[in-house]
Amino acid sequence: MSSAQIEIQLIASLVAIACAIPGTFLVLRKMALITDAISHSILPGIVIGFFITHDLSSPLLILLAALSGVLTVVLVEFIQKTGLVKEDTAIGLVFPALFSIGVIMIAQNANDVHLDIDAVLLGELAFAPFDRIIMGGTDLGPKSLWIIGTILLITSGLLFAFFKELKVSTFDAGLAAALGLSPVIMHYGLMTVASITTVGAFDAVGAILVIAFMIAPAATAYLLTNNLKKMLLLACVFGVTAAIAGYWLAHGLDTSISGSMTTVLGIIFLAVYLFAPNKGYFSVLYRQRQQRIEVSLLTFLLHLGNHEDDETERHVKHLNEHINWQKVKAKSVLDLALKNNMIVIENDVVSLTEKGKHFTTEAIDYIVTNKNSEIEKMKDRFFLFRG
Amino acid sequence: MENKIAVQIDDLTVAYNYKPVLWDIDLSIPEGVLMAIVGPNGAGKSTLIKSILDIIKPIAGSVKIYDKPYSKQRSLVAYVPQKGSVDWDFPTTALDVVMMGTYGSLGWIKRPGQKEKKAALEALEKVGMLAFKSRQISQLSGGQQQRIFLARALVQNASIYFMDEPFQGVDATTEKAIINILKELRKAGKTVIVVHHDLQTVPEYFDWVTFLNVKKIATGPVKDIFNDDNLTKTYGINYKVSVQQ
Repeated sequence: MSSAQIEIQLIASLVAIACAIPGTFLVLRKMALITDAISHSILPGIVIGFFITHDLSSPLLILLAALSGVLTVVLVEFIQKTGLVKEDTAIGLVFPALFSIGVIMIAQNANDVHLDIDAVLLGELAFAPFDRIIMGGTDLGPKSLWIIGTILLITSGLLFAFFKELKVSTFDAGLAAALGLSPVIMHYGLMTVASITTVGAFDAVGAILVIAFMIAPAATAYLLTNNLKKMLLLACVFGVTAAIAGYWLAHGLDTSISGSMTTVLGIIFLAVYLFAPNKGYFSVLYRQRQQRIEVSLLTFLLHLGNHEDDETERHVKHLNEHINWQKVKAKSVLDLALKNNMIVIENDVVSLTEKGKHFTTEAIDYIVTNKNSEIEKMKDRFFLFRG
Repeated sequence: MENKIAVQIDDLTVAYNYKPVLWDIDLSIPEGVLMAIVGPNGAGKSTLIKSILDIIKPIAGSVKIYDKPYSKQRSLVAYVPQKGSVDWDFPTTALDVVMMGTYGSLGWIKRPGQKEKKAALEALEKVGMLAFKSRQISQLSGGQQQRIFLARALVQNASIYFMDEPFQGVDATTEKAIINILKELRKAGKTVIVVHHDLQTVPEYFDWVTFLNVKKIATGPVKDIFNDDNLTKTYGINYKVSVQQ
């Protein structure tokens, strides 16, 4: 690996982490769409900043761009508060307006400035190592690395300091307000961080693909854990994995780096969505199947209990007709009950065992009283009573 | 009852988009009462609590908690919002939600430690939810979620408790458990203010009541003012409840 390759992967990884942190909270606040808006509406800020500084990575430009990002949020909320349109409509109204102002400004001054919309929107990571900071003859490394490194440092510092405030204002803004931990400050703080990160990252992955780095890793992590800290950590891990794997994919296919990284993010999400242990597609499918069988089992056991004195009702042949099940289903339920020692079959007549009787009463009690405490222990071995 | 005044509200008016939700409310809540706020939907019950707690800014009037503005008395007040106001799919555990009750006394930046954890565990024990401390909150039933919210308020160890419909969507057992805890709080000299919907249970659960419908209709001891006259004034229809006292 050449040093340029290492630098590119390092920059991409830092971008991934810097995006995953605000991204996690945005996903939890159901504000994923707002990053989409911010990523577009920072354009006028970037253009004005570029007119003033003629440098795409000057701190002033980043600040101005972040400001137009926050302005987006303020405008969206303002329009939303009128009560005339819903939030998604407000977002759809605001960001194209701001974005188009940026586009017009670039077009008007196309002869004077060298600013390419493509470069802003799509970024070009491959060129990042060429734009270096050189001080007194010493090479300090690529500019983007310094920019995103600084942003990441600030973001992690803020996260560390205000983790508890962020958590409570995200979960329960009303409580946060009552406790004096201003959810408004947290809200705009988060929006500012998201805006600054978007600007800082556009150099590397482009302003549009930065959305993928904010949302996809957090959404993927959300499927895997019930713990906020783990969700943050997992989001970072997924982001970095996609950054590095995406780079090598682009290397192998000789194609766009940012495009490849985003593709890998999508693949990771898809894989987790399908195979996650609890919330995953197959896991849910399996659980539903189990639940269906177990409901059938319970129905079957209830039928046996109700007709304790009537052998004809409990005859194997009658069961098919009475409960009105297909043969296959009847057999799988019968097998399950036998396997769990809940029934015995003598001369083709099915009877409940002691265990079966006990289980049936317990289950009915649960369904009737809905008392969780009594069923706690059963839950682990029985799907029916879960969630 | 010759008690101190816990909450004093003067001329409180709250409006959403120029439409008054609460109009010129004067209300004194004496210390040590267990009070129900009753009124029809849209009467401003939740808004009243939220404006007392500085969550909504009123357009006129003032609120005093023991003679001082709320912002100076936060530590004396605990709040239980409506259960439906939060996202129960949030990735956190029951214990963690209860710990959030300690964030107010911790203030900015400081993290909860062993002391806070111990207090949270005690509160969970009080509401009978200790066994569920590590349970993800979406895996709890409605009644259990409400108990967690109650525990979070208990951990604040406040003097005044505000609760927004704590009995909404909970089973009978949980309702009994919650009301017993509220009665214990009152016995300990705390003031408890509850937005309540079930008029039938008012005389059984509460000793003080406020009728609210944008304006304040009446406030006082349940035995004196909980009658068909005030109910009719509040609900606008000829109200008949068979109130046994």
